[in-house]
Amino acid sequence: MSQQAHHDHVVPVKIYLAVFTTLLVMTAATTLISGVDLGPWNTVVALAIAAFKASLVVLFFMHAKYSPKLTRVVIFGGLFWLAIMLLITFSDFATRGRPS
Amino acid sequence: MADHAAAHAVHDPNIGNTGLDNRKVGMWAFLGSDCMFFGSLIGTYLAYKGKSISGPLPHEVFDIPLTSYSAALLLASSLTMVLALAALQQNRVKTAARWLFVTAMLGLHFVLNQVYEFTTFVLHHGLTLSTSLFGSSFFVLTGFHGAHVTGGVIWLLMLVTLAMRGKLDARDYTKVEIAGLYWHFVDIVWIFLFPLLYLIGRHLH
Repeated sequence: MSQQAHHDHVVPVKIYLAVFTTLLVMTAATTLISGVDLGPWNTVVALAIAAFKASLVVLFFMHAKYSPKLTRVVIFGGLFWLAIMLLITFSDFATRGRPS
Repeated sequence: MADHAAAHAVHDPNIGNTGLDNRKVGMWAFLGSDCMFFGSLIGTYLAYKGKSISGPLPHEVFDIPLTSYSAALLLASSLTMVLALAALQQNRVKTAARWLFVTAMLGLHFVLNQVYEFTTFVLHHGLTLSTSLFGSSFFVLTGFHGAHVTGGVIWLLMLVTLAMRGKLDARDYTKVEIAGLYWHFVDIVWIFLFPLLYLIGRHLH
């Protein structure tokens, strides 16, 4: 019963629909752009769009925007550790020399 | 905010002394670990990308229209998931159950598309787990994602069953909310998998 107070943020359905529409548009955009040769920018654009879509899902669908700051700290912590792992793994991989 | 939390902690055993629901924090912590899990598999796929010495190449086997459609299915399922949650918040249990069912069906459709794709790869292109670096890393990565979706579908159908039996109402909001968090996470993984696996590099061919 006391849980009611913790989620009295009612998100308007309009916002959910707007987010969903944006996600669909961005998916179409990323699919179309991938068919055009932009060189190394293809990867950058694809990942940027994916990150944008993911943040929309996290903020609005997963209610991060409406959550206490502490929840957002937990989320950021997880992403931070993921970033460390990917950064260190790829630094290693990218700096390996060729066998002579 | 601490007093607010303290007042509720007396009544609700799920609220810790941070004021956060332990179940939600637990799910976020689990999702953080699952991030690391998928991160390592994605890293492996990217490290091996372009380095297979035999077997069909990605662009030879990928069906972009089908996988775009699958991506849209998961995005739609995230929408129906939040609609289910919104309905439950207003104690509209039957509506919530219907949206949860739709979410599960969209997820099931996604999994069936994956099964179709995997079967085509094996039978039509001769691409299996042991064919090449591409085969191994692709099937492990997308296979684990598909397994996550399947688990989510089962979870959602269990919630639907509870609702049909009158055992779910607005008081169970947090339980359905954490199922939603898991579901959205699975959607987010695909949001990254789709461009990384299927789209990047395809214009080269």
